[in-house]
Amino acid sequence: MSSLPHIHRRRFLAGTASLAAVVALSACGAKTDAAGSSDKAAKIDVSGDTVKVGLLNSLSGTMAISEVTVRNSLMLAVDEINASGGVLGKKIKPISEDGASDWPTFAEKATKLIKEDGVAATFGCWTSASRKAVKPVFEKNRSLLFYPVQYEGLEESPYIFYTGATTNQQIVPALDYLKSQGLKKLYLVGSDYVFPRTANKEIRAYAKANGMTILGEDYAPLGSTEFSTIANKVKASKADAVFNTLNGDSNVAFFKEYKSAGLTAKSMPVVSVSIAEEEVKSIGTQYLDGQLTAWNYYQTTPGAANEKFVKAYKAKYGQDKPTSDPMEAAYVSVYLWKAMVEKAKSFDPEKVKAASDGITFDAPEGKVTVDGASQHIYKTARIGKVGSDGLIEQVWDSGKPIKPDPYLKGYSWASGLS
Amino acid sequence: MNLLKSRSARAAAGFVGAAVVLFAVAPLVLSDFRLGLLAKYLCVAMVAVGICLAWGRGGLLTLGQGVFFGLGGYAMAMHLKIADAGPGNLPDFMQLYGTATELPWWWQPFANPVFALAATFLLPMAVAALLGSFIFRRRVKGAYFAILSQALAAAFAIWLIGQQATTGGTNGLTDIQGFFGYALDDPVNQRTVYFIIAAVLLLLIALARQLIQSRYGELLVAVRDSEERVRFLGYDPANVKLVAYVVAAGMAGLAGALFVPAVGIISPALIGIVPSIEFVIGAAVGGRASLVGAVLGAIAVAWAKTALSEEFPAAWTYFQGLLFIVALAFLPGGLASLATVVRRRRAAAAAEKKAAVIPVGEAA
Repeated sequence: MSSLPHIHRRRFLAGTASLAAVVALSACGAKTDAAGSSDKAAKIDVSGDTVKVGLLNSLSGTMAISEVTVRNSLMLAVDEINASGGVLGKKIKPISEDGASDWPTFAEKATKLIKEDGVAATFGCWTSASRKAVKPVFEKNRSLLFYPVQYEGLEESPYIFYTGATTNQQIVPALDYLKSQGLKKLYLVGSDYVFPRTANKEIRAYAKANGMTILGEDYAPLGSTEFSTIANKVKASKADAVFNTLNGDSNVAFFKEYKSAGLTAKSMPVVSVSIAEEEVKSIGTQYLDGQLTAWNYYQTTPGAANEKFVKAYKAKYGQDKPTSDPMEAAYVSVYLWKAMVEKAKSFDPEKVKAASDGITFDAPEGKVTVDGASQHIYKTARIGKVGSDGLIEQVWDSGKPIKPDPYLKGYSWASGLS
Repeated sequence: MNLLKSRSARAAAGFVGAAVVLFAVAPLVLSDFRLGLLAKYLCVAMVAVGICLAWGRGGLLTLGQGVFFGLGGYAMAMHLKIADAGPGNLPDFMQLYGTATELPWWWQPFANPVFALAATFLLPMAVAALLGSFIFRRRVKGAYFAILSQALAAAFAIWLIGQQATTGGTNGLTDIQGFFGYALDDPVNQRTVYFIIAAVLLLLIALARQLIQSRYGELLVAVRDSEERVRFLGYDPANVKLVAYVVAAGMAGLAGALFVPAVGIISPALIGIVPSIEFVIGAAVGGRASLVGAVLGAIAVAWAKTALSEEFPAAWTYFQGLLFIVALAFLPGGLASLATVVRRRRAAAAAEKKAAVIPVGEAA
C-alpha cells in the first residue's frame, strides 16, 4: 500500500488513463478493507485493577453550559459504581477530554481516547454534529460510544448506544399531544443545524398525514440573539402553537421577544424539545411560565430511583443544581454499560454488544430496557409544563416505555424520509 | 556574492534537515495517533506559508483563509464522498437529509478525480483572483481588507450550514472511508497520507522561497512598505498584491484538500471566523515575514492547542488570545525576530554605554 505516491505520480503523467487507474485502485482498497478487518479492533487497557473509560464532552465553547452538566452526571455514576465495587472487580478510571464545541476536535479526542488511552467505552457528545464527527472513529476502531442526548433519529451505528430519545419517543408523542389538544396549526422555529432541520422535515411529514398545517418555518444561526423578526412573523401567522427546536442561548432571546410581542403560553403555547431544567433557570421562569416541553424525564418524575439520583446529584454538586433529561440519560448509560459488561463477563466491545439486548435498569425515569437490534432504549415519553418555581411538571405521559424506532419504520407517513 | 552563497547553502541544509525530521525521525518516534496529529498540523502550516507571503511580505492581513481552506477541503471531500458511495449511489448524508434522487449538478464534475484534484487549488485561486481584482483595484486596504475577508469567511460558513441537503450542513462531510481507492482506516495508508502532506509542505515552502527571493518578491515588499512609491515607479500595486493573494489561496486550498484524508472530516467549523483567525495566529507568533517562522509557529501553536486542551480544557482559548496580543504588541516580527530584537537591544545598550562613557572621559 505504500506505493501510493508512485501511482500518484503516474496518474499525473498518464492524463487519459487516470479514470482506469482510479477504478483499479478502488478494487485494491476494497480488498485491504476486507482482509484487514479482523485485527483493527481497539486495544483495551485492562492492566492493573482499573478499567479506563472516556468522558468526551465540551468543557469549553458554546456547548459547555449544557455538556458540563452531563459530565457531572457521568462522574456521579462512575463514583457510585466505584464505591460499590466497580465493574468485574475493576475500578473505573475516567479519562476526561474536552471536545471544545468543535466537531473535528471531538473526532481527534475520540481517537486519542481509543488509541492512546485504550478505553473500554466512551460516554458523551451532545450535538448531532459532534456525534456524526466521531461515529466513523468509533466504527473504524470498533470501540463503543454511549450517546446520552435526544436526537433526530435516522441513525443506527453498530458501535453507538443511544440512551436519549429518538424521534418516536419525543417529537412524535409531542405532536400526538398537540393534536389531541386541538392545536393543529403550527409554526416551526429552530436553530440552523442538523437536528432542527431534520426534526422539522419529520414534523412536516407528520402534519401532512394528520391534517395539521405548518404556517411557517424559520431558522436562526446557532448562538443568534436576534429574534424580533421571527417573533413578529410567528405572531402574524396566528398559529395555534409553536414547535421550538432552538438550542442554547438563542432560547433566551427568543422567549424574551416572544413575550414582548404579546404572546403567552395561553394565547400560543410553545413546545420546546431542547429546554430542560438547567435551561429554564438561565432563560428565566417569567418568560417560560406555562410553556410546554417534551422529554422522557423531569426532576419531578416520581419514584424512589429518581429521589435517590436527585439527592445524590445535589449532595455532590450543590442544592441549587437541577437535574435534567440528558443528565439522567448520561447517568443511566454508565449503569447500562456496567450491566452489559457483567452479563458479557468481558470488556470486549463485540461481547458487550452481543450481551446488550434485554438489559434493564431501574432508572430515575422508570425502568428502561435496551433494544439490542437498534442499540437504543425503550423510554416513556413525557410532556411537561414549566412551573413558576422553574421546575417542570408532567401533564401527560405515554403510559409505558415506547419501543425505539429510529428510522420511523412503524409510521406510514414517514416512509419518504429515509 | 559570498553572502548569497551561504544563504542558499543554509536554506538547502534547512530543507535537508526538515526532510530528515519529517520523513525519518517523526514516523519513528511518534505513534500512529500522534503522527496523524502532526499531519493535521502540517496542513495548518501550508496555510501559514501562504499567509507569510500575503501578509508577512505583502501586508495583506488575510483573516479569511478559512474560505480557501474550505473550498479545497470540500472539493476533495465531495470527490471522496462520491467515490465512497459508489457509482449510481448518493453520498450517505444526501440520502438522510436530501430530497434529491440524483447528485446535484454542481456535485457531478467532482466525480472525476482529475477535476476534483485540480479544483482543490484552482477553485480557491479563481475565487481569490475574482475577489482580489475587485478589492485591490478599488484600493481597499488595511483593516478594511481584513474585515472584508473575515466577513467572507462568516458568509461562506453560514451558507454551507444552510444547505444541509447538499453540503451536510453543520455536520460537514464526514465518515470518509477511502482516499483514491485506499482504505483510510489502514494505518499504512494513513502513514502514506502523512508522507504526501509532508512532501507537499516542503514543496510549497520551496515555491514560496523562490517567489520571495525573486524580483517579484522584492516588489511585493515594496508595495507593502510604500504602495504609492511603487505606483509612481510605474508598477500596478493591485496586480502585485493579487498574485500573492491568489497564491496564498491556492496553498490554503491544497492544505484543506489534504486535511480531509488526514482527519476524515471537513465542516463549516473549520472555515468560519475563528479558524480563519487561528490560521493567522500561528504565523503571527512564529513571525509572519519569515517562512521558517510562520511554518514553525503554525505547527507549534496547533501542537500547543492539542497539548494544552488535553491538560487544561477551558484555559486554551484565553491562552490563544493572549498569545496573539502579546505577539502583535511586543514582538510584531514574531519569535523569528527574537534574535534580531535581542541583538538590536544589545547594540543599542552598548551604544548608550559608549555615549554615557564619553562625557565622563571628557570630564576627566
